[in-house]
Amino acid sequence: MKRDFEKDKKDMVVVEGSYAVASAVKSCRPNVISAYPITPQTHIVEDLSQFMADGEIPNCEYIMVESEFSALSALVGSSAAGARSYSATTSQGLELMHEVLFNVSGMRLPVVMTVANRAVSAPINIWNDQQDSISQRDTGWIQLYAEDTQEVSDMTAQAFKIAEDPDVLLPVMTCMDGFILSHVYEPVVLLDDDLVAEYLPPFEPEFKLDPKNPKTFGAFADPNSYTEFRFLQQQAMNKALKTIEDAADEFYDLFGRYYGGLIDTYETDDADIVLMAMGSIVGTIKDVIDTLRAKGVKVGLLKVRSFRPFPVEAIHNVIKDAKVVVALDKNISIGLNEGALFTETKASLYNTKIDVPVIGFMIGHGGRDIPVETIENIIDEAKKVIDSGISVESQFTDLKEELL
Amino acid sequence: MKSLLAPGHRGCAGCCDAMAAKFTLMAAGEDCIVVSPTGCLEVMTTPYPESSWEIPWIHSLFENNAAVASGIEAALKAKGEMGNTKIIAMGGDGATLDIGMRSVSGAFERGHDFTFVCIDNEAYMNTGVQRSGATPFAASTTTSPSGTVSFGNIRPKKNMPAIIAAHGSPYIATTSIGYPKDMIRKVKTAVDVEGPTYVHAHSPCTTGWGFDTSKTVEVAKMAVETCLWPLYEMEDGEITKVKKIKNPKPVEDYLKMQRRFKHLFTKEGGDDFIKQIQALADKNIEKFGLQ
Repeated sequence: MKRDFEKDKKDMVVVEGSYAVASAVKSCRPNVISAYPITPQTHIVEDLSQFMADGEIPNCEYIMVESEFSALSALVGSSAAGARSYSATTSQGLELMHEVLFNVSGMRLPVVMTVANRAVSAPINIWNDQQDSISQRDTGWIQLYAEDTQEVSDMTAQAFKIAEDPDVLLPVMTCMDGFILSHVYEPVVLLDDDLVAEYLPPFEPEFKLDPKNPKTFGAFADPNSYTEFRFLQQQAMNKALKTIEDAADEFYDLFGRYYGGLIDTYETDDADIVLMAMGSIVGTIKDVIDTLRAKGVKVGLLKVRSFRPFPVEAIHNVIKDAKVVVALDKNISIGLNEGALFTETKASLYNTKIDVPVIGFMIGHGGRDIPVETIENIIDEAKKVIDSGISVESQFTDLKEELL
Repeated sequence: MKSLLAPGHRGCAGCCDAMAAKFTLMAAGEDCIVVSPTGCLEVMTTPYPESSWEIPWIHSLFENNAAVASGIEAALKAKGEMGNTKIIAMGGDGATLDIGMRSVSGAFERGHDFTFVCIDNEAYMNTGVQRSGATPFAASTTTSPSGTVSFGNIRPKKNMPAIIAAHGSPYIATTSIGYPKDMIRKVKTAVDVEGPTYVHAHSPCTTGWGFDTSKTVEVAKMAVETCLWPLYEMEDGEITKVKKIKNPKPVEDYLKMQRRFKHLFTKEGGDDFIKQIQALADKNIEKFGLQ
């Protein structure tokens, strides 16, 4: 993370994470917002509603839909008609959008949506994990995960820039841990409208629904052409790898804040143990690393910012010289007993010459707290792998035996 | 009036969808944007890289065309590009009465300035003639087949115009592709009225209903002439105009034209069902003052 805190200090305000996101959306000058309220995303849509009520978002229509399904469907129409389009959701709402998610990316519509990550039913649970967005990983959306409220605010502007890049034209999900980031009040520098205007040009798509120049959107594709649409989506994801990094670099040049492009690293240069994680947990991990480094333990952090596209090369460059890699996941693929970050990192190493053991831990489901001790215990397990090899590849941790 | 649906579409001979789309575009003119759900119309008019639409057209999913139309209207308003552009969502009966119901209801409740045209061919035709909420009483479909103990679909049609009326739509009309001038006039009225308006077009399907491809218009007219499909207009929830039927024809004349009602004439006990269908027509005569 590169950031001039001294310079930022004078502009800092203490606001709720949701407000920071809503304010960032406002600065990005959206034309259409469409959303349905759902905890813990609610405060974002409430703040945007208040901005609308106070006339603070000019040239914008806010559609109060009857469901998340229609929220994203409305943005299919608005984005295709050339409007910068935004939504926010979480958990069950995101699941309800599932069919539309494929449609938005398949039609190459650069919609931006904040996901306030939350567990999914059943059992019903409103607290944070990342099962909701991870479950949507194959829908063709770019997925970015934020560490703190400042990052998710700044990431909002980056997301529009990435999505609307003519080489990319893919929707972007900016993921923030529900409650942990959405409801926390902390010092933030809100996006400056003039700087955002400089950073983010108006959305002017090459093709749109226009009676003066009629086009057909969302046509029917038979086996003769369908594959090529998928190939082109994948190609756009490949191009996004660079666009995401460029968007972060350009943001740093203008705003002086940087959180990594596809990934970020902390103390990894000489690390024997590299922990991998996404979202707010990386803050806790950094604290643990500070403590252990003081004791001479060579441990570092690889923060994955972009889960889709999955930055294989960037990850390999960081972990290739480690003695053990530990992926921490707030999600699970039930039936494989693995979290997504673990599965994908491990899979990406097969057929390479990088020979590093990878283990996984599934933590923090349904809002279960992840204390420093849990991270320390996980690092102890990693040390054992260095000494005696892998005994368990992937596991839950801190289970309450009395409930099983 | 210029036809803005190119003649190169791949609809069946005698296709009601093609007629409904053509009449709708004749009424709306060039300055319109059409949203279609998944269904026959989408498949037969847009096999990539071809398109029959000479106006901007979008298809998203089966159940969301009213929501997509909402977004288009919002986009044009936000960007100051609305002008006189007409936004039309067209949907089959499945997309309108069944799977798309919530999306349609939401768009009408929110009061978007758009027109919804329901092309009602009374079943899911694109996937092989399965029952929908618009399938009439005693019709045999592949999921409500007549059989040794069944006389086909056991429920009457869902009354979609009444449901839309309950949303406070300023203009609602029923029409039939058997009456092109009527349909064009009503769609034109609907697109010119500000707010969410609705046109429900009865549209016989040659393959799904089982009649000769040359008879689409004839069958459509017979539904109206037997009073099984009354043509009326509603303004602000009140019926304002009704097409009178001076000498209603017996429902048998309509039913016997179609394979989907064949069992009523061949199975023992079919007479009773025909009587029940006649009672539905008689009720329409009374309710809508058709005579």
